[in-house]
Amino acid sequence: MFEMNATRLRVWLFTLACLIAAIALPFLAPTYYVQFFAKALIMGMLAMALNLVVGHGGLVSLCHAAFFGLAGYVLALLSPRYDAASLLTTFPLAVLSSAAAGLVIGALALRTRGIYFIMVTLAFGEMLFFFFHDTKVAGGSDGIFINVRPEIAVAGRQLLDLDKPITFYFFVLACLVGVVALLTMVVRSPFGHALAAARDNERRARSLGFPIFRIRLIAFALSGGLAGVAGYLAAAQFGFVAPQMLGWHQSATVLVMVLIGGLRSVTGPLVGALVLIGLEEVLKAHLDNWKLAEGLIIIGIVVMLPNGIRQIWPMIFGSSPEVPVDAGRAEAEHAVAEARHA
Amino acid sequence: MDLITVSVQLLNAVQYGTVLFLVASGLTLVFGILGVINLAHGAFYMLGAYLAYWIALMTGSFALAMLGGVLIAFIVGMLLETVFVRLLYGRDHLAQVLLSFGLILVIDEIRQLLFGKDVHAVAPPAWLAGSIQLTDNLSYPVYRLAICVFCLMVAAAIFFVITRTKIGMIVRAGAENREMARVLGIKFDRVNRYVFAVGIALAALGGIVIAPISTVFPGMGDGMLILSFVVVVLGGIGSVAGAAVGALLIGLTDTFGKVFFPSVSSILIYVLMAAVLLWRPSGILGRRDV
Repeated sequence: MFEMNATRLRVWLFTLACLIAAIALPFLAPTYYVQFFAKALIMGMLAMALNLVVGHGGLVSLCHAAFFGLAGYVLALLSPRYDAASLLTTFPLAVLSSAAAGLVIGALALRTRGIYFIMVTLAFGEMLFFFFHDTKVAGGSDGIFINVRPEIAVAGRQLLDLDKPITFYFFVLACLVGVVALLTMVVRSPFGHALAAARDNERRARSLGFPIFRIRLIAFALSGGLAGVAGYLAAAQFGFVAPQMLGWHQSATVLVMVLIGGLRSVTGPLVGALVLIGLEEVLKAHLDNWKLAEGLIIIGIVVMLPNGIRQIWPMIFGSSPEVPVDAGRAEAEHAVAEARHA
Repeated sequence: MDLITVSVQLLNAVQYGTVLFLVASGLTLVFGILGVINLAHGAFYMLGAYLAYWIALMTGSFALAMLGGVLIAFIVGMLLETVFVRLLYGRDHLAQVLLSFGLILVIDEIRQLLFGKDVHAVAPPAWLAGSIQLTDNLSYPVYRLAICVFCLMVAAAIFFVITRTKIGMIVRAGAENREMARVLGIKFDRVNRYVFAVGIALAALGGIVIAPISTVFPGMGDGMLILSFVVVVLGGIGSVAGAAVGALLIGLTDTFGKVFFPSVSSILIYVLMAAVLLWRPSGILGRRDV
């Protein structure tokens, strides 16, 4: 268990270096970049949450933007008009709402498979979009403002104020570390192995006695709740929520991040989010019709890099033994074997 | 509510349902034969409406707009199948979703470059522009009736081709058991290209016929895409008859929902979908084993 081979040591050192760089960033870079990076990290969180069902569960969901936006709306609706909302109550409530939405939508959508599942999640996501767009519950299509960002205050004394950019950034970073730790634990747990086993061979996993529906439903709700964490933070950062936050174009964009980062790892989608958001920023700065370029790049990635950007390395420098391009089968056997031992 | 109002709403429901059927049948055909989920289907509906607007503006003829729009969509469909879509056969659903999402972005920008992002109106052909006086203060536009008749004719043609012709047999065989059909000597390369092009042309045709009664605007494809998905989920994937049933159900639910429950009408079709999912997860006319 405690053996530390060279690869693992490298991974740990790399993680540590990334963390140190992320902690040092606000002291070195101007506020604009700190805010930009915080935004990218929030999207990375959303992509990692989505990847729990897409990559580890093999279920392509097109409604995660709805969970993301729902949490944002919960914060907006709970925020007093001229005062800061309490982080300690609004945060759990927002996350729980998203998880509950995930539970309900998941319970219906998981009755279907494959392409049906994609269509059903898309339709239910749009249902939530139209709910906020067409009804007067929360400002309709104009959206609503969150005038003051949430805070933690005990007996009138402010302990944590998300209005300060640096505080906000570190709060996002803390949430990110929490999400990565939680997802890593889940993926490595017997539950995670069972989820992967159901993805690789549903019939076999079922015949081994795993309650597939329940496992997938729990994963879906958990993933919805984590998407809610990202949505809460995004709403707090922009001080504004609008129905577009829940739209399926947002869901599809996050799926692109997942694909770019690679489906089989926990932190891959985070890298994918940083790459895609960085790319968008560059394209926006240089092109009027930047979406045309983005669309073509997405098509190019889908066609040429089905396993994400990690494929670029062996494509340029020849194949590396560490990165098997198609590890699917071996992984499948492995997942089922481990799940059986669990 | 008196009889005339009910029948007017019923006509609206059927008209809405038939247009939905045109678009959704294209989607379900492409899925049934090619096994590809095409999110860009709605974008072609939007493109059809813009093409109708542009050709009608240039030529002054709605009939030409219709012909030209469908023809252009068909050709674009053939090209897209040849260049992009064939890369998706056998790839996983995620790749299909994302490639067609990329296509949406590209099509939207091309529309922006060619036609701008303004909202437009298209005039119906002059001989269909009037309306029928039903009572003293209630009239029904002739063009809406014409849409019903036209779409029903197209639907009949689709059913005739699928159930009575050799092409239809190939299409059904491909949906039923592709491997077996291939072994029997059917060349799916060509079938795929035509089916995809016909699917796209049907989406565009939907956009063209709807253009004179709705406005032509950039986001119109998105709403239609979701609706066609719901239609396909209701009816059963790959089943054209299922698409007809689903489209009619949606037309009725939406039209009468707006009359009876105006505040929640936009949610009703999803409630319907949830109910069908609980009852028959593979759709009303879908195969059980999906």
